[in-house]
Amino acid sequence: MSLLEIKGLSKFFGGLHAVQNLEYTVESGKVHSIIGPNGAGKTTLFNIVTGVYPPSSGKAIFEAQDITGLPIHRLASLGLSRSFQNLQVFYNMTVMENVMVGRHRHCQKGFLQSLLHTPSITRSDEEARHQAAELLAWVGLEAYATAHANSLPYGALKRMEIARAMASEPKLLLLDEPAAGLNNKETQEIDELIRQISNRGVTVILVEHDMRLVMGVSDHILVMDHGQKLAEGSAEEIRENPNVIAAYLGSGA
Amino acid sequence: MSSEFLQFLLSGITVGAIYALVGLGFSIIYNASHVINFAQGEFVMIGGMGTVFIASIGVPFPVAMAGAVLLAVVIGISLQKLAIERAREASVVTIIIITIGASIFLRGLAGIIWDRNFHSLPAFSGEQPIHVAGAVIVPQSLWILGVTVAVAVALFVFFNRTMIGRAMLGTAHNPLAAKLVGVNTNNILILSFALAAALGAVGGILIAPMAPTHYQVGIMLGLKGFSAAIVGGLGSGPGAMVGGLLVGVAEAMAAGYISSNYKDVVAFVLILLVLFFMPSGLFGKRDSERV
Amino acid sequence: MKKPTVVSRYAGVFVLATVIAVLPLLLPNSFYFDVAINGGIAAIVCVGLNLLIGYAGQISLGHAGFFALGAYSSAILTDNYGWPPIASLSTGLFVVGLLAFVIARPILRLKGHYLAMATLGMGIIISIVLNQEVNLTGGPDGMPVSAFSVFGWEVNSELAWYWIVGGSLIVIVLLALNLIDSAVGRALRAVHGSEVAAQVAGIDSTRYKILIFVVSAVMAAYAGSLFAHYTGFLTPSEGGFFRSIEFVTMVVLGGMASVFGSVIGAAILTALPQFLTVFHDYEHVMFGLVMMLTMIFMPKGLLPSLRNWISKNSL
Ligand SMILES: Nc1ncnc2c1ncn2[C@@H]1O[C@H](COP(=O)(O)OP(=O)(O)OP(=O)(O)O)[C@@H](O)[C@H]1O
Ligand SMILES: [Mg+2]
Repeated sequence: MSLLEIKGLSKFFGGLHAVQNLEYTVESGKVHSIIGPNGAGKTTLFNIVTGVYPPSSGKAIFEAQDITGLPIHRLASLGLSRSFQNLQVFYNMTVMENVMVGRHRHCQKGFLQSLLHTPSITRSDEEARHQAAELLAWVGLEAYATAHANSLPYGALKRMEIARAMASEPKLLLLDEPAAGLNNKETQEIDELIRQISNRGVTVILVEHDMRLVMGVSDHILVMDHGQKLAEGSAEEIRENPNVIAAYLGSGA
Repeated sequence: MSSEFLQFLLSGITVGAIYALVGLGFSIIYNASHVINFAQGEFVMIGGMGTVFIASIGVPFPVAMAGAVLLAVVIGISLQKLAIERAREASVVTIIIITIGASIFLRGLAGIIWDRNFHSLPAFSGEQPIHVAGAVIVPQSLWILGVTVAVAVALFVFFNRTMIGRAMLGTAHNPLAAKLVGVNTNNILILSFALAAALGAVGGILIAPMAPTHYQVGIMLGLKGFSAAIVGGLGSGPGAMVGGLLVGVAEAMAAGYISSNYKDVVAFVLILLVLFFMPSGLFGKRDSERV
Repeated sequence: MKKPTVVSRYAGVFVLATVIAVLPLLLPNSFYFDVAINGGIAAIVCVGLNLLIGYAGQISLGHAGFFALGAYSSAILTDNYGWPPIASLSTGLFVVGLLAFVIARPILRLKGHYLAMATLGMGIIISIVLNQEVNLTGGPDGMPVSAFSVFGWEVNSELAWYWIVGGSLIVIVLLALNLIDSAVGRALRAVHGSEVAAQVAGIDSTRYKILIFVVSAVMAAYAGSLFAHYTGFLTPSEGGFFRSIEFVTMVVLGGMASVFGSVIGAAILTALPQFLTVFHDYEHVMFGLVMMLTMIFMPKGLLPSLRNWISKNSL
């Protein structure tokens, strides 16, 4: 069954066509990747799917529900989460709290109860803390739990964002260049995390420039260029597609 | 057009011109640094109060006026060098608090060094009212309009025809690119604070014969200048001019036809409406955040 | 794994309560009590304002407006309409909360400088109204306010006021700390850290901003109401621009995103003008300097900087 369907999606910024009439289907339970040169419209696509921008035209359908134009905060409870190409970290909080925010939708949020810190709040907080600790251990950051996020190195923040995104228990996770700026060893760790996410039954859409990572983990690859679909298929199909080779050689990548 | 309406219109345009000058100062600093200088109104106060007190030691008025403008410029540059530059990387809230601190600091100093009384300057060329289609206009109004138009033209030439003016606009548009082509962005910042301070002080001098000056006048005039800049679109020169006139006229009409007690509220209601419904103003560009 | 935040939270409240309990033994005369009571009232406003500015990252330069509205509603209902003070106080809180709620949605769509100017404008509109509605408020000349009384017991001793304000402050600090360390508090801080990332986590940022704006306005109104009955006389300057700036300066000096910092900031900046003549005579200059110097040299504020210093030097 298709989890996400993009239908005739376009986004214009003034005269710039960032995404043009895109058709794209994401199958449940697989790792999908989107590649393409800088400015191809990959991040813009993520931004539209997660409600950050309204599209100029077209639709995004998630689990048979039209999510086009829904406010961003509604999507978490539908099962959508994402990370950001440029880190979006809560630098004013600890690492543990950053991940606990990811569990917001599972927490008790009654205002009066929070003021009084009733037992139900304590319980819900304990549960969130417990889950966050597990996720931090999973991404290898348990030692940093009580540290302030602004004291963490870049690579650790990238993994913290993944832990935070997973904390909401999504069905579909959008990762925007999780390995950008990372060294080989760190990229290898991200590779491993993506496989584990997929094994947990979460569908992944990965935007990434690191071809080795993409070719290794992806079940399906979409190639974008100038906001349009250039090609799609399995890793082998993409590797041998003459259009893709031309575009990539042409753009010097 | 009734003569009453014309009267309100004329007085609205007159104060509106002052708001426009102050608003231009906001826009110039905003373009150079993306800072809203909450101390902008104090330059207006320094213009008026400075002239009064420099003249009181016996120098002729034109010299006192020049002295007051110079004083405002020196203070504007110091504000940039001593306070704002040191907090370049700081959050917006931090910078807001710094410029507000500067504003009440300057106001307090003026109250101590000068005094806390109201002062008027003599009108530049007499008080003989001129009659226009049933309305009256004092010569000072003509001075205000004339100087404002002259300043607007001078600024237009400066920003479009001179190297340094173009460099300032370029920096506003894209600071990194400007730096790369060799523009000294630090000098641009200093220049824009100097220019904004001078504009404010000129406004303060022009209005002082019509509305008495006082160590506390900066706050209201600053806020109205800000509304001018916002109504017109922050960062847009023509916008600040049009915005100033709109705020001035709206205020004069409200004072005339509704109640003069609430005329100050009008300016704020206008700015709130513009902020809510037209956040980029009449002439402003809309910039969106990227993630 | 026990959470250090919870431990230090209650330890902090315990220290505060001890200081408040012991202080009366040390205060030599009613002048000192007066300073302490005014400091406590300001602290209540600042704890609320810090939730908004320091934690949620939304600036307000108009909170004195809510303080004054709380004060005047309580005064007007008690003195012009003969209501029992406790009913006036509660009604005042409700009215201010409602007003803040109505204003909040449009105003909090704005960010940064725009929000600052809009809240400043809001505060000034409130103070203009207080000045102009002479029939209700007495206008610029001010209005007298009768003493506070609860079920026939009239609060008229300095010491009784001290306990009311001190007790209120302890409760409010405790509630604020509870709130910060809950999912709601984390949501507020997340909105400050990265609004878009908070929204992706399912946080309706608008809702939380409105919530905390209303909460902080109601806290200011509560403090205003106490102030009205305590001092027995109100003027519109209580809602003026400078008063708003005083509150912000206290928050900034004590430390943004530090509840106890706000209490300390309020205490210091209330006491200084009373005990230092330079501070009293040159109030504007001094407050301006404190704002600039704190932001330039100690942007985290007193308490957080002190905490950093201690943890660095105790290694
Ligand atoms: N908010 C915006 N306003 C204006 N233009 C934008 C905005 N966001 C993106 N663009 C433009 O849209 C185009 C697509 O950008 P996008 O960020 O989606 O590319 P991308 O494929 O993610 O590139 P990269 O690999 O460099 O991250 C670019 O030309 C970009 O400059
Ligand atoms: Mg991108």
